[in-house]
Amino acid sequence: MTALTTHAPVLLIAVPLLGAFAAPLVGKLGRGARNTLIGLIVLIVAALAALLAVDIFGASGAPTVYELGGGTFTFPLSGGQIPVRILFEVDGMGAFMCLITALIVLTGAIFSFSYWKERSGGNLFFSLFLLLTAGIFGMQLTGDMFNFFVFLEITSIAAAGLVGFRVWLKQSQEAGFKVMAMYTLSGLFVLLAIGLLYGQHGHLNMATLASSISGGLVDTIALGLLLTGLAMKAGAVPMHMWAPDAYGEAPAPTSAVLVANSQASLYGLFRILFTLFGVSISASTTGWILIVLALLTIFVGVTMALIQSDLKRLIAYGAVSQIGYMMLGVGVGLAVSAAKPEYGLVAMQGGIFHMLNDAACVGLLFFASGAVIRASGTRDLNRMGGLGHRMTWTSIFFAIGAVALAGVPPFNGFASKFLIYEASFKLSPFLAVIAVLSSILLLAVFIKAFQAAFLGPKTDATAHVSDPSLGMMLPMAALVLVIIVFGLFPGFFVDQIVTPAAKALWLGRDAYIHAVLGGV
Amino acid sequence: MNGLTSGFGAWNPIAWALLFVGILVVAFIVRSLGNKSYKRGSGQTKVFLSGNDEPASADALHVRGDHLYWGMVDGLSAYYRRVKAWHTGIFSDYIAWFVGVLALVFVILVWVG
Repeated sequence: MTALTTHAPVLLIAVPLLGAFAAPLVGKLGRGARNTLIGLIVLIVAALAALLAVDIFGASGAPTVYELGGGTFTFPLSGGQIPVRILFEVDGMGAFMCLITALIVLTGAIFSFSYWKERSGGNLFFSLFLLLTAGIFGMQLTGDMFNFFVFLEITSIAAAGLVGFRVWLKQSQEAGFKVMAMYTLSGLFVLLAIGLLYGQHGHLNMATLASSISGGLVDTIALGLLLTGLAMKAGAVPMHMWAPDAYGEAPAPTSAVLVANSQASLYGLFRILFTLFGVSISASTTGWILIVLALLTIFVGVTMALIQSDLKRLIAYGAVSQIGYMMLGVGVGLAVSAAKPEYGLVAMQGGIFHMLNDAACVGLLFFASGAVIRASGTRDLNRMGGLGHRMTWTSIFFAIGAVALAGVPPFNGFASKFLIYEASFKLSPFLAVIAVLSSILLLAVFIKAFQAAFLGPKTDATAHVSDPSLGMMLPMAALVLVIIVFGLFPGFFVDQIVTPAAKALWLGRDAYIHAVLGGV
Repeated sequence: MNGLTSGFGAWNPIAWALLFVGILVVAFIVRSLGNKSYKRGSGQTKVFLSGNDEPASADALHVRGDHLYWGMVDGLSAYYRRVKAWHTGIFSDYIAWFVGVLALVFVILVWVG
């Protein structure tokens, strides 16, 4: 293990955090210097996430512990020691989430270089962008509940700033306010839960807390607060209403990173349900709560998408519905985690694999929508048409992202949904029926969007439009490549990265605790 | 390596893609056996609008976003009336939904266990 790999967990947070403060200063030297800095930072972050993934998945997903400052403890601990330092703990699931974030941040930053070329405020935009990146990585890597709250707040502040970034638009300001208030509410309830757990058990370290949580009334109340607070921040129906406002009003590259932010909250929820509480509270009840929220999210998300005439809000509701598929897969896994039947792991694989696939597809759709809105000057599908004649590549990219997200074979969305359908059918055919029906409806939603925006005759209004610059096309092409490769070779990726991530959550609670506390 | 097995089903995208290409080839062959009398720019290429004349403006030919599923949305109007009523866009309603779900989750976790 190289020193770089050893320090990767803290560097994944520190590098974008330093970049966030450096961006406005370096930006004074000019756009070129600033973009070079941001480009370097996102490349370093992507390389670190890849290094961490190779290290963790090479060890079959076994957790590693990083102590900030180092030297105080030797992990795993012995002799009843309690870790009081800031710890990062990375297992297969954490490493998997870092890969997703790195993919979206890398493509989002490159897309943003061209997207912000002719606009002012780029320095502050990139500062918030990197702050959000640092917060997301922090949530995914921390092994401490209070630090989890701190990183959650960092993402909230940065996301609210990014959503309301275009202060000259009243809708943007309103969306920014709603995001800030809802995220703050979520953060307050998470903090209250952490306070309850600390008062009850006297610990903040996740592994130590996991070893002492017994499922009493205070633990149950804390679980309810954490579950609801994080489900809301992930965009679960009926607490999703901020999401279309946020995704719809944010600049296109921000919308893609907001999806990664929602997934980080979902990761936090899964980590708390499986690792912190595990079997100490009825997993079956909690699993079914997750399943019911998932079904509502899938169905309401997709049916609301169907009636949208604003392209970005349509994609936003589509993105909300996909959060439901992830919750469905993991909810089925949680509901049966006591008996641990074979389909439970398959459901977990499907739900977790869909997080990666959703990030690639929704990211691509938001990028393509950014290009479309920029070219046509409107977000209204009733005023678009015929763009495909002159925006050939954008229309192809949009179509690939749309059919992949809707779960059309042979793209990646089908591979993960296939696992979710099969496993949820085993638990109850009703779950699979809703999941399949909603996928068909989502295809109808994107047929509407594609038909309205790209098809139709050439008109005077479309005479001046064209595909965006190479800087915006390359990130879209990279995500298309991910969609196709993950779609054609799902078995390889499921074996190499998805299964270790699923097992880390489903079976890895003892290993997570042992990595810190030793033979406790 | 490329396929997936769920323990009760299997998915092989390469086999599916090969089959798809095979079907495309067959479709192309069938198409090439068709009538060769097609004339570009003749009445054969005119847009058919239920026997009505083609509008002069190209804009009038395009089916806009909201028109595509008009019938379906109208058929589900009872459902949409209720669901749209939830989405008020008013911030205090967002909070109310959150508090409602929180209360329900508490009841389920504490009383059902």
